[in-house]
Amino acid sequence: MGIDARIVKRLPATGETAAFELNIHLQADVDITVLFGSSGSGKTLTLNCLAGFVRPDKGRIVVNEELYFDAETNVNRSPQHRRCGYIFQDHALFPHMSIRDNLLFAAPRNDCRVSELLEAFDLMSLAARKPAQLSGGQKQRAALARIMVSEPRLLLLDEPTRGLDVQLRENFYQLLKQMRERLQIPIILVTHQVDECLQLGDSVCFMDHGRILQTGSQDAVLAKPASVEVARSFGIYNILPAEIVTLDSRGSASLLRVAGQEILGPPLPGHLPGNRGFLCIRESDVTVAAQGEMNRLTLAIVGSSVSSHGIRVQCDHHFFITVSQAQWEQLRGSVHVEVILPSSAIHFIG
Amino acid sequence: MNIDWFPLLLSLRVAALSTALVLCFGTALAYLLSHKEFRGKNLLDSAITLPLVLPPTVLGYYLLVLAGRASPFGKAYEAVFGQPLVFTWQAAVVAAFLHSAPIYIKAARTVLEGVDYHYEWAARSLGASEWRTFWRITLPLARRGLIALGTLSFARSLGDFGVTIMVAGNIPGRTQTLSVAIYDAVESGNGNLARIFVVTISITALALLWSSNYWSRSARPSSAA
Repeated sequence: MGIDARIVKRLPATGETAAFELNIHLQADVDITVLFGSSGSGKTLTLNCLAGFVRPDKGRIVVNEELYFDAETNVNRSPQHRRCGYIFQDHALFPHMSIRDNLLFAAPRNDCRVSELLEAFDLMSLAARKPAQLSGGQKQRAALARIMVSEPRLLLLDEPTRGLDVQLRENFYQLLKQMRERLQIPIILVTHQVDECLQLGDSVCFMDHGRILQTGSQDAVLAKPASVEVARSFGIYNILPAEIVTLDSRGSASLLRVAGQEILGPPLPGHLPGNRGFLCIRESDVTVAAQGEMNRLTLAIVGSSVSSHGIRVQCDHHFFITVSQAQWEQLRGSVHVEVILPSSAIHFIG
Repeated sequence: MNIDWFPLLLSLRVAALSTALVLCFGTALAYLLSHKEFRGKNLLDSAITLPLVLPPTVLGYYLLVLAGRASPFGKAYEAVFGQPLVFTWQAAVVAAFLHSAPIYIKAARTVLEGVDYHYEWAARSLGASEWRTFWRITLPLARRGLIALGTLSFARSLGDFGVTIMVAGNIPGRTQTLSVAIYDAVESGNGNLARIFVVTISITALALLWSSNYWSRSARPSSAA
């Protein structure tokens, strides 16, 4: 069970857009795989190829051991026969039909099932309404219920929480997790929101300019972003230019020069002293230094702002650290701050 | 003054039948042009546009050649219906169809292209066939725009003169439509009758254009939803 898709699709330049080539090998299991990347990286085009709306130029798509597309043997199953549940950015609920009729469209002779799902998604009292009469969250539930009626083998979600407030997004995340447990099918979620990626992604597939730059479990990708571009896109890392000063002869540690200071880094097999690269550490792994702690870095304070987790202090070298209100009271007025970079949390991108 | 209203009744009948044909075939062609990619699409589009730019006499000539009694189509028609097509009121229907279909198809293509393709994709991913998607999704969403165009098409069918007089002729009580009757009245110096017919056709056309505009305005919210 799962997805194994090799897709090559070239889009010629038009008056408004440049030429684009999607060239990926996507593999996904029966869990939630997040296609993460900036706008124009080819995420939605990937979904459209999987759903059968766009025919790839080359490649082969196998879903749950069923062949959906094969350029060589000219197999191209129509969207009607792929049974992909597709949630569009705008939900695409048919505006001229009531919510009940929207569900019945997916299962014309299954009124009982429709009623069950209206009940399950808390839509029974809204069943006679048209989509325009529903709120954003209600539309989202209706779109999911309609997908469920069709009993999909693959669920494709294209930025489903765009335009929704925090509470509705949280509700949607819960709903989607329940669906993952219940359906036991591959779910591909397209997003460029880090929070959504962190909340939902069992696996993460990072895309840029039509290519997959990194793929793996969420923990693996977040612990070791493959490139500075990947790390920057997540927006949760501090990234500093770094140089390897020395490597421990037993390969258990390294010494890095960062911002003119030396700190201990992780083991770096395959690297040599003098190699230059970038030190990458999650903002949440950085703390203000207390007495006696090792691996300190001294940075100049540039500014501060209030965030939902405390006070976000901006230092030189575009380095950020979030501190509590009490810590900020102690730091206020200081020119510098000493931070701790645990060597185990440091990732060196060479 | 005793007025024979046959030309008005015939014009309404011809326009109604022509509009029905335009709605059926015109919508099908517009859907083909708006939703499908195929070889010769541009040629077909150009051929559909051709009647808009050719003089009515040229169109009439083509029709006389293609549907005349000596032509294969004319012979087949006569064999099936027991009478020739040219110089009958049915020929006026064909003339009105040719007069109104091109503009309907061009505009209907734009209306159908304006339907958000996400709805059609959603329908297909839910298992709906192409026909069911067209019938249940595309057509209802484009309905108001197409009705407005159908009304416009009806009004345009009422006003055809050139092609009608060439293929249907001017036979009072048989093929004389309102626009032909006006020409006939002016030619024979019957100014009163001409004025009455002119006012009648003007008021009818105005009412139809008003209702077309009404449907066009109503179409906007539904296509934007």
